[in-house]
Amino acid sequence: MSETTKNAFLFAIVGALILVTGVLQGWNAAILILNMGLISAIMSIGVNLQWGFAGLFNVGVMGFVALGGLAVVLVSTPPTPGAWAAGGYGVVLSLLLGAATVVAAVMIAKKVPKGRAQTLSIIGVLVVGFFVYRAIFDPSIAAVEAINPAVEGNLGGMNLPVLFAWPAGGLLAAGAAWLIGKTALGLRSDYLAIATLGIAEIIIAVLKNEDWLARGVKNVYGIPRPTPIVGYEVDLQQDPDFIARAEWLGLDPVTASTLSVKLGYSLLFAVILVILLWMAQMALRSPWGRMMRAIRDNEVAAEAMGKDVTRRHLQIFVLGSAICGIAGAMMTTLDGQLTPGAYQPLRFTFLVWVMVIVGGSGNNFGAVLGAFVIWFLWVQVEPMGAYAATLMQNGSASLQASLSENSSGLLQSIASGLVLMSDHIQANVQHMRMLTMGLILLIVLRFNPKGLIPEK
Amino acid sequence: MDFLNALVALSNFVIVPAIAYGSQLALGALGVTLIYGILRFSNFAHGDTMAFGAMIAVLVTWGFQAAGIGFGPLPTALLALPFAILGCIVLVLITDRIVYRFYREQKAKPVILVIVSMGVMFIMNGLVRFIIGPDDQRFSDGARFLISARDFKAITGLREGLAIKTSQGITVIVAVVAVALLFWFLNKTRTGKSMRAYSDNEDLALLSGINPERVVMITWIIVAALATTAGVLYGLDKSFKPFVYFQLLLPIFASAIVGGLGNPIGAIAGGFIIAFSEVTITYAWKKVLTYLAPESLEPSGLVQLLSTDYKFAVSFVILLIVLLFKPTGLFKGKAV
Repeated sequence: MSETTKNAFLFAIVGALILVTGVLQGWNAAILILNMGLISAIMSIGVNLQWGFAGLFNVGVMGFVALGGLAVVLVSTPPTPGAWAAGGYGVVLSLLLGAATVVAAVMIAKKVPKGRAQTLSIIGVLVVGFFVYRAIFDPSIAAVEAINPAVEGNLGGMNLPVLFAWPAGGLLAAGAAWLIGKTALGLRSDYLAIATLGIAEIIIAVLKNEDWLARGVKNVYGIPRPTPIVGYEVDLQQDPDFIARAEWLGLDPVTASTLSVKLGYSLLFAVILVILLWMAQMALRSPWGRMMRAIRDNEVAAEAMGKDVTRRHLQIFVLGSAICGIAGAMMTTLDGQLTPGAYQPLRFTFLVWVMVIVGGSGNNFGAVLGAFVIWFLWVQVEPMGAYAATLMQNGSASLQASLSENSSGLLQSIASGLVLMSDHIQANVQHMRMLTMGLILLIVLRFNPKGLIPEK
Repeated sequence: MDFLNALVALSNFVIVPAIAYGSQLALGALGVTLIYGILRFSNFAHGDTMAFGAMIAVLVTWGFQAAGIGFGPLPTALLALPFAILGCIVLVLITDRIVYRFYREQKAKPVILVIVSMGVMFIMNGLVRFIIGPDDQRFSDGARFLISARDFKAITGLREGLAIKTSQGITVIVAVVAVALLFWFLNKTRTGKSMRAYSDNEDLALLSGINPERVVMITWIIVAALATTAGVLYGLDKSFKPFVYFQLLLPIFASAIVGGLGNPIGAIAGGFIIAFSEVTITYAWKKVLTYLAPESLEPSGLVQLLSTDYKFAVSFVILLIVLLFKPTGLFKGKAV
């Protein structure tokens, strides 16, 4: 079997799994898996770019995904009336001043000769800058957050079509990645890991606590959809054309409208995925991609050949993070809301890593396949576990029932222990996910470290 | 008088909590740094190892409480600690045997080991959630305070009270004992010396007949003991919640790196540096300043430099500063 047929076969299996889900659990569930699978595939292309091409260990995926979500709010929601006048300009001014303070301190550190004068002036600039920043920032955000706090209390966005937010999410993530890459790249690989882990936590903390930005844990609801490709169920159900088409397909209008909305997203996401996959493929085959892999395999040799390793690393780190940002913006659009409390590192960082490694690091198609497989398992492990636990419960209950009163005490206590254990497993079945993902990762790393579709 | 009041308020809200938190971080960072020194990778599963050890302590404590066994004014969890350490040792030794040893024999790159530790983290996290659930669990009992704020005020006649929680006192004492034992072991015993030799220069140690598998095994045993102790102390002081232990990973790594990865003294110093900066920067200084400043200069706001929600940002910024200016850490770790 040639390699292409084997890979096509693997993708066909995943497609079949999703189809089976559609038949058994309803088409809405199946398309939901497909949509999140498409988004996960984009995230894993991003991580694969960093890890597979360049060997960079980024465990801050969650932060970049969340920045993409923030971009959706900042770009596509309507501005809060009066918020800019109340304190919006003050917030921007204070943030600019804060940035200027840091830049000034860095300039002093670079330009002024080392010594007591340098230390003192850095400290002086930082302290004065900090207090000026707080003096403008605090009243401004208080004014913004006071506006209609039950539904608004934030600055709002630019009211642009939501599709503009996707590249904006990429840009925002790229900016953060540039800052972090500038400091942590060039040191040993573990340090980049710790630094990205930290920046992700901080981004989530900012999203949770800065209410003026995106309402913090009060969440932003009602993010507009990318019309006309994705409509609204209510409008569709009143559209006579749509009802006619639904009847022709033999569906009732309500089901048809939910399916149509989800399929609209699938279409959009698939287009983006194909574009990004094509770009990643071109990059991989280009001289640039070969240089990247050369750097990954032997940094010293690449450096001796005159390649600027740190710069190239920074470049690919920013690119990969930007892709994660785009995926994050798409996900927030799909959800229709931004919920900072929902960002968990195990789900958004480490799960993407499992996808890349299981799929095949260094191979773009592998990353995409891994994303679909792992996302499917992530969704389905829970019902599977629940089913297994139910079987166990029934089995142990019937074992207990079949024991007559004159059976030995040991047997009876074993039976009741089994009943208790299966009840516990049933009650905690949602935690099976972590265990399964960890096991899959370790097994793949040990026995098939190249993944499902190995690098060529 | 005002000065004394200010001092007491400062001790109550900053110094005492920071010392307790610093001891917990130091114990955690010692584990990370030992793994780094001997096994040469950053162990991402360390937070969840702490959670696992603490979980066993919680379960055993509940068992003791149900059986009516107590420890007088001290928390029952201290009685459970040895059992928890044993349980944790069993877990990490099994993990090492099934998972890590294979990669050690292959001489895999450190970053592969880091990814492997990520998988181990998933599994331990799942185990802990599976067994005890993801919620807060309280397991502290015994006397709550060594000195309560009211008693302190009555004794000294000051307006400010100084409260020292039993958990804080125990944290410091246990941490001092643990660190003393560790350093005695590393510096005085033959096995400890062989560990240090192995950490300094693997090839030379192998040439002089040190058995690497034995060194690794002892390292894991020590790390499990330290991690469990840190986890239990943190749980007693705050409360036991699995996810919080994962989040502790960042300050713990920051402590270990700030002190210099692979250097035990550095890990302890790093723990206290991180803890003191975190607490002082997120503390609202209004109270202390009101006592110290003349009335005309009394602060109007809370004088809090950063809200407590951003305490991770503090460890992160310190980490970045150290990485930028002194990547080997303050105490000359081995990392470059």
